[in-house]
Amino acid sequence: MAAADTVAEEELERDFDGILEAGQRIEPRDWMPQGYRSTLIRQIAQHAHSEIIGMQPEGNWLTRAPSLRRKAILMAKVQDEAGHGLYLYSAAETLGADRGDLTVKLIEGKQKYSSIFNYPTPSYADVGVIGWLVDGAAICNQVPLCRSSYGPYARAMIRVCKEESFHQRQGFELLMTMMRGTDAQREMVQESVNRWWWPALMMFGPPDDQSPNTEQSMAWGIKRHTNDELRQRFVDMSVPQAEVLGVTFPDPDLAWNDERGAHDFGAPDWDEFMQVVKGNGPCNAERVANRQEAHEDGAWVREAAAEFARKNLAAERADR
Amino acid sequence: MTDRDWPLYEVFVRGKRGLNHVHVGSLRAADDQMALHHARDVYTRRNEGVSIWVVQSATITSSSPTEKDPFFAPSGDKVYRHPTFYDIPDNVPHM
Repeated sequence: MAAADTVAEEELERDFDGILEAGQRIEPRDWMPQGYRSTLIRQIAQHAHSEIIGMQPEGNWLTRAPSLRRKAILMAKVQDEAGHGLYLYSAAETLGADRGDLTVKLIEGKQKYSSIFNYPTPSYADVGVIGWLVDGAAICNQVPLCRSSYGPYARAMIRVCKEESFHQRQGFELLMTMMRGTDAQREMVQESVNRWWWPALMMFGPPDDQSPNTEQSMAWGIKRHTNDELRQRFVDMSVPQAEVLGVTFPDPDLAWNDERGAHDFGAPDWDEFMQVVKGNGPCNAERVANRQEAHEDGAWVREAAAEFARKNLAAERADR
Repeated sequence: MTDRDWPLYEVFVRGKRGLNHVHVGSLRAADDQMALHHARDVYTRRNEGVSIWVVQSATITSSSPTEKDPFFAPSGDKVYRHPTFYDIPDNVPHM
């Protein structure tokens, strides 16, 4: 019996590998290796949590946006982040994960989210810089994921990427407006860029030689480029944008390398990165506490809705 | 009671008149009406749809997903259902 099971499993694995080799997508009820499933659940949940926690840094400015126009834009953007979180929780549920469990794991610190959202937003220019650099880096990471081998994740990413484009453009436009303003406004933008540049580079994860899971993830088609490849792409995209804007990046080693046809740049402070990942960043505790509070404050709404649904159903049945 | 007791719904959106409803994803809701409202807020924030269907995931009956499924075998050996099965001389117009 055990031998027959092994043979059956080998055949299933061959079919799975065949689908990947043919460049086709894996769909929810296909057989898949346990590692593929658990890696994807971790990756998608982490991504969903990032969208949900990512509402907070900018949400900080919702009540203080300088005009109704900027406020409406910011509200739409923060609402999009919530929507992205929901697309992704939905994709995770197709793998057998439960959205309620994932929320609990986030609140209990058992699952992570992108370390970028553990930095504070003390300046209104941060709203623009987050759109430009943070969402820009997210787009670099996410566009290749539209070709993820896992169908529901790839489809969710296509929706997310379409909307991220608005996020990046509104951020850049906001910064251009500030750069056309006063010296004080221009200084605000540069100060904000100085704070966000390095954390944005860290969003691509540790250097390739310290990223042990990359090889397996690339073989499975759930990662399409290495961390360093994407980081390089982001630097090369951002430099000419900074020139248009009239700001500089706080990296003395940043320079065009003719030979490589790409920019050379310095290394982020990876010790700081590890500290933030471990929970010791400037805002880790606050972000998770806010999420927990929102979840607990919403408990009565969830209970009331469930009770309302139950009573309506009972009344409907009684009418029949 | 927590939101994990809310059933899972699948969401289908008609992009515009003349197109079929297409599956776009899922969500959790306490009842059908709430599912519809949530579907509107989550999946049609940018005029992506003119009509939405929601249906509890548990009520969907589906075939087994693998392409080798014998379920689809009856259509595999009926080449005569395809127009290319028939040889028609080139000089026959409009066919």
